[in-house]
Amino acid sequence: MAKPRLATCSLAGCFGCHMSLLDIDERLVELLDLVDLDKSPLTDKKEFDRPVDIGLVEGGCANDHNVHTLRQFRKNCRILVSVGACAITGGVPAMRNMIGLKECLEEAYITGPTIEGKGMIPNDEDLPLLLDRVYPSHEVVKIDYFLPGCPPSGEAIWFFLKALLTGREPDLPYRMLKYD
Amino acid sequence: MDPEGQVDTTTIEDAVGKFGGARDRLMDILQEIHRRLGCLEQQTISALSASLRIPSAEIEDAASFYSFFNRAPKGRFHIRLARTPVSLMKGADDVARAFVAATGAQIGGTSAEGDFSLDWAADLGMADQEPSALINGAPFPALAPSDVRTMVEELRRNRDTTNALPLFPGSDASGLKQSRIAINLLGPGPVLFGDKRSGDGLQKALRLSPEEIVKEIVKARLRGRGGAGFPTGLKWRLCRQAVAETRYVVCNADEGEPGTFKDRALLTLAPDLVLDGMTIAARALGARQGVIYLRAEYAYLEAALRNELDKRRNDGLLGANIGGVNDFDFDIRIQFGAGAYICGEESALLESLEGKRGAPRDRPPFPTDRGYLGYPTAVDNVETFACAAKVIERGAAWFCGFGTAESAGTKLLSISGDCPRPGVYELPFGTTLNELLDLVGASDARFVQVGGPSGQCVGAKDYGRRIAYEDLSTGGSIMVFSAQRDVIATALQFTEFFADESCGWCVPCRVGTTLLKQDLEKILRGRGTLADVRALESLARSVARTSRCGLGQSAPNPILGSMRNFPEAYEARLQEEEFLPRFSVLEASAEAKSIQEHGLLDVEER
Ligand SMILES: Cc1cc2nc3c(=O)[nH]c(=O)nc-3n(C[C@H](O)[C@H](O)[C@H](O)COP(=O)(O)O)c2cc1C
Ligand code: SF4
Ligand code: SF4
Repeated sequence: MAKPRLATCSLAGCFGCHMSLLDIDERLVELLDLVDLDKSPLTDKKEFDRPVDIGLVEGGCANDHNVHTLRQFRKNCRILVSVGACAITGGVPAMRNMIGLKECLEEAYITGPTIEGKGMIPNDEDLPLLLDRVYPSHEVVKIDYFLPGCPPSGEAIWFFLKALLTGREPDLPYRMLKYD
Repeated sequence: MDPEGQVDTTTIEDAVGKFGGARDRLMDILQEIHRRLGCLEQQTISALSASLRIPSAEIEDAASFYSFFNRAPKGRFHIRLARTPVSLMKGADDVARAFVAATGAQIGGTSAEGDFSLDWAADLGMADQEPSALINGAPFPALAPSDVRTMVEELRRNRDTTNALPLFPGSDASGLKQSRIAINLLGPGPVLFGDKRSGDGLQKALRLSPEEIVKEIVKARLRGRGGAGFPTGLKWRLCRQAVAETRYVVCNADEGEPGTFKDRALLTLAPDLVLDGMTIAARALGARQGVIYLRAEYAYLEAALRNELDKRRNDGLLGANIGGVNDFDFDIRIQFGAGAYICGEESALLESLEGKRGAPRDRPPFPTDRGYLGYPTAVDNVETFACAAKVIERGAAWFCGFGTAESAGTKLLSISGDCPRPGVYELPFGTTLNELLDLVGASDARFVQVGGPSGQCVGAKDYGRRIAYEDLSTGGSIMVFSAQRDVIATALQFTEFFADESCGWCVPCRVGTTLLKQDLEKILRGRGTLADVRALESLARSVARTSRCGLGQSAPNPILGSMRNFPEAYEARLQEEEFLPRFSVLEASAEAKSIQEHGLLDVEER
């Protein structure tokens, strides 16, 4: 029987959740015994070309390209998981939601203290368009599971994946959901 | 601040001096400064911090909490319009538009010449006479769009410059026909408004021992009229038994629950009864000081109440050796709130009384143990004190002759909304909603909101239910909604109220109320699916279960109640898709498109 396939992506996140996945240390070997790693920053595979069983999403949606990627993940993954505070709530990037987009860009590129000379807001047409706010993943597509934490510990990610892969409901114990 | 940008140190020093520089009177000091300067700017806070020798962050903490403290200068006339489901059904939007047109100020803004500022406000305590407004603190009930132009012109002519925000009356605009509010006491009942005789309660209490007073209140089965219904006798006994050098009596006149105005009626028509009740409580508890915590929206009641207090001091009913009883010393002062609903919650009220932001306290210890300034305190509703006075005057047996087994006496109800005879009614406990609706002439009520937004939404099939602690418990707010009203839109307005009024202390309420609001908006915008409704219900239950105080615990009631009673209203709005995004990507990227000047890459839309 073919192994289940796993895909991951990092949208508006810091890659910390991916780092945490790598933090499962030697169990990585066990993980690779259990799954085939498909589209992911870890494999650098660019496009989906076959159905995937589990998709892990790090980060929320800050621009139209994030929305595009997330929709691709939804289309191609049977089970989609929001991993970490950014995917679940918008997290740190969503701090800009308190400030208008224009004001934010002007501070960064025109009026901020680190701007030398006359700045400009980047407008290359290859750049994705920013959304008015940063949105959590579940406001863009249907999400099946939420794995909280900033980042969730390697242990929590491992526990969660193992449960899914062995057909159990991933019920995280309290100590893995308690952060202080 | 004067025009040169100088801080008005005289005003600050005067205010500090007036309250002896006491940290715990910070609210009074801020109120005093605000009255004189019309706002509390950063420079004012810094100067006050130097004068009081406390960190400016502490003052900022309090000043930024209350919606009635302006943080920047406003126009000479600050117009606050009530924005509630009831005011909106009576045309508050049209009145607001008329004010915008006549003053030239936008809602939330100030007119160019600096004469007028316009703001929406929460319920102002005039739900039976909407649309209503406060202008520099004076009440303007029953406004019609056609009144507005003349009012505004008359205000514009008023050149009283003694005060940054001149108060009515006293300025030549006080002749404006609407600058006072009538009380629609349509159903005077047997207990509180039965006879004019008063003062006898206190005279009798002076002949009783403190323990005998408490016993009589217990025998009368009097329960709190503020909403929670705690047995008043037990509260007084607990407070009395707490070991301490002194105790306090606090009258909760915050009346913040949207749709209630019955405490205002009592304070206006029968203040002697309320003050009798407070004095009787003081005798029972051994308190030497009482405070009336009066909501800022009722500032216009201050003069009459002060007169009443002075009269009682002259008559020997307040002050030293009251009624000739040795060592029975008691006085009452008034302290104002500043537009925060949460300050009606007793522990938040005490924080506010002590000059802090109105965040509820952890309990225990309960106020009866450690309340105002750490001393045992009985916090009771205005109506509870009035009832207590009547119990002592006429006896517990007489009082128990009204009402039901578990709910003795009568209840003051404030009735508003879709009915021809809104107003204050005093009815015995046990009255059914049907009887009530007949009384006010509401023939086509689709639902009745009993107990305000934090209470219950009751549909027609339950109109046989009774107003009583054992059935429909209420602090007194009754809002009637006719067949043409939208249940979900009303629930959203109530939810917005809670999101605005959350004190922000705990996550379930601070974040949860905003999420509830957003989820409900999604459904109203026609983007809701079955999954959204299920998620909304589950979130509502979490907020109710995990919030720290009564505000958050009852904030989901409008949603849960409307779901239970009107599932069809929700069904009618559901989309059949399994999932719909909350927002449209096209709309969400429109701003960036105009800034970055290029089009959408590759997102498909729905
Ligand atoms: C959010 C919130 C707001 C409240 N607002 C009021 C109020 O405006 N007036 C009032 O008397 N009680 C209010 N209460 C109830 C008080 O906490 C307290 O129970 C009451 O003042 C006790 O007086 P009583 O026993 O005479 O009713 C409120 C409670 C909560 C949780
Ligand atoms: S949740 Fe934390 S670790 Fe994960 S992407 Fe966001 S900021 Fe980084
Ligand atoms: S429930 Fe709301 S009002 Fe009460 S403490 Fe928490 S945040 Fe404050």
